[in-house]
Amino acid sequence: MPKVGKIDINATYKEKYGFTKPERYVFKAKKGLDKSVIREISKQKQEPKWMLDFRLKSFGIFKSKKTPSWGPDLSGLNLDELYYYIKPIKKAVTKWQELPKEIRETYEKIGIPEVEKKYLAGVGAQYESEVVYKSLKDTWEKKGVVFTDTDSALKKYPDIFQEYFSKCVPAADNKFAALNSSVWSGGSFIYVPKNVEIDIPLQAYFRINAAKFGQFERSLIIIDEGAKASYIEGCTAPIYHSDSLHAAVVEVFVRKNSHFRYTTIQNWSKNVYNLVTKRAFIDDEGTMEWVDGNLGSKVSMKYPSIYLKGKGARGEILSISFAGYGQNQDVGGKIIHLAPNTSSRIISKSISKDGGISSYRGLLKIAKGAKGAVGHVRCDALILDEKSRSDTYPTMQVDEKDCKASHEATISKVDEDQLFYLQSRGLSENEATSLIVNGFVEPIVKEIPLEYAVELNRLIQLEMTK
Amino acid sequence: MLEIKNLYVSVENNEIIKGVSLNIKPGEIHILMGPNGSGKSSLALALAGHPRYQITSGKLNLLRKNITKLTADKRAKLGLFIALQHPVAIPGVSVANFLRSSQKALKVNSKFDNFIAILKEKMSEIKLGESFIYRAVHDGFSGGEKKKLEIVQLEILKPKYAILDEPDSGLDVDALKLVASKIENTAKSNTAIILITHNPKILKYIKPNFVHIMISGQIVKSGNYKLAEEIEEKGYQAIKV
Repeated sequence: MPKVGKIDINATYKEKYGFTKPERYVFKAKKGLDKSVIREISKQKQEPKWMLDFRLKSFGIFKSKKTPSWGPDLSGLNLDELYYYIKPIKKAVTKWQELPKEIRETYEKIGIPEVEKKYLAGVGAQYESEVVYKSLKDTWEKKGVVFTDTDSALKKYPDIFQEYFSKCVPAADNKFAALNSSVWSGGSFIYVPKNVEIDIPLQAYFRINAAKFGQFERSLIIIDEGAKASYIEGCTAPIYHSDSLHAAVVEVFVRKNSHFRYTTIQNWSKNVYNLVTKRAFIDDEGTMEWVDGNLGSKVSMKYPSIYLKGKGARGEILSISFAGYGQNQDVGGKIIHLAPNTSSRIISKSISKDGGISSYRGLLKIAKGAKGAVGHVRCDALILDEKSRSDTYPTMQVDEKDCKASHEATISKVDEDQLFYLQSRGLSENEATSLIVNGFVEPIVKEIPLEYAVELNRLIQLEMTK
Repeated sequence: MLEIKNLYVSVENNEIIKGVSLNIKPGEIHILMGPNGSGKSSLALALAGHPRYQITSGKLNLLRKNITKLTADKRAKLGLFIALQHPVAIPGVSVANFLRSSQKALKVNSKFDNFIAILKEKMSEIKLGESFIYRAVHDGFSGGEKKKLEIVQLEILKPKYAILDEPDSGLDVDALKLVASKIENTAKSNTAIILITHNPKILKYIKPNFVHIMISGQIVKSGNYKLAEEIEEKGYQAIKV
């Protein structure tokens, strides 16, 4: 069985992911953000004028918007101290050997090339601001599948790019979407043509190496009618004393009768602010699934959303979060039913430990006219000690009479009798707690491909043994 | 040998066990009987190391080792087992995963492939379907199914000393016979058994070496199986303290 990002549970994050390599770049923008930095990014990328205009306009929106105050504390995030663009190498390569040694070693250590051989249809690897490696197996390329970095897509597929770009997440959506729109770089572009079914996952791996850096990848995914695909992203970074920012935007278009699953295993180091906007539009009878695992980062604010625009469309959000010492996981999901006979489900499982805060923040909206819509939300929180916290902020807006909308929530602690029972079978207190936690997240983990489920379970175990 | 020496146990500062002494040798079957609330389950849980059952005085020795202050997992590793009267559910954790983890922790030898085969065999012997091994531990199990799973664990984990807290309650006649024969077999392979029961019926199928009557946190009378018969006839009232 291939192992993804093999983890020795005795090794700390620092050994496995938190290492640093000497910073290398062919271009690094000056510190902080102003119009000249944005012009420089666009120039480096040799972009069409419309994109530069879009960036500059978005920058104006970014400056006009206040930092959100309704959620986690973002006062530690100093935007003036960050570097907004680092270009690590001139051009993305298609063979790992062609990468500079330190970058190649980074991905080898994380285990990506090994998994690619055994398990994946294609891989994109982003290092700082740019995708440095990309591959897509011939089988899929021949069928017209496109899997590349978003910058290349802008040049190679300008028509389809302009048709979809920022149509799902406009710059004005929120402050960090506006920031991303003004400085975006890298990210995945996926196009799956009509009736093509990719039966193994595509994967992207995002790595931050530099200190005080902002990564702003932008992904654009179009699954055409009757097509099917799945995509998995992972992310890690070194441990620094100063904070970094990851503010991505992901736009997904699931066309009629198509099916897409987007899985994230977020494992940023605990000095990263992870402020991400992810949204999907679903046409008639299409299906979208977000599987969102948040284990790392200092603060995460992420609420993947699904707009069920076509009749009979289906949406599902499965969210797992783990908040340990110094972490605030403010995550959840939004589902908006806009058409008849649409159905949805949100399942959220959060774990808090050692003073961590996890919050579920979600929206289930059923618009007038979405007759026969069915939406269900379930959020379960497990709190492992007295210092830790869990909050739930569910919102339900139902404007249609002919529909079913329901919400359930539970908050539990690890039960003394459960611990005793497992201990009476020889398991130590720690082993027993881990097993209970694994059981708690099992309904979501079983939805994830086995190799990744194994990784997720190990990551949780790693957090448990701290 | 398991030695219980003048044991006192409190739960939230209420003294429940008031000076119990017993010696249990390998292969022996001891029956512990007594009216509701006499402290039988409390004694069982204190022996197994439940943190809510505080030993305030007295001593527990297992195989000449003082285990009075050991946590439940350390006692289990020395060969002590408890089948709970009310086993708790562990949602999301399959029976197979649970027992495999337990076997590893207790270092009971078995290869993985072998393990699944043996587990399936034991499950079907006790008339729990094989599919139960993929179900979450005790989650949604009926009373009888829970008791059967506890007995399967007794067989798989092969402890040296087993405390069985009402393994017979909620079982129909056929299941009762089955469970009784499993317990007898376990004792024959030299495991010591402390069997807590309300139901003298199980004594039709199990021949104990000793019967102890517990009332108000003390063992008031000990004897052989005839003592159990006497109780069945006359009730606990007849016991002269």
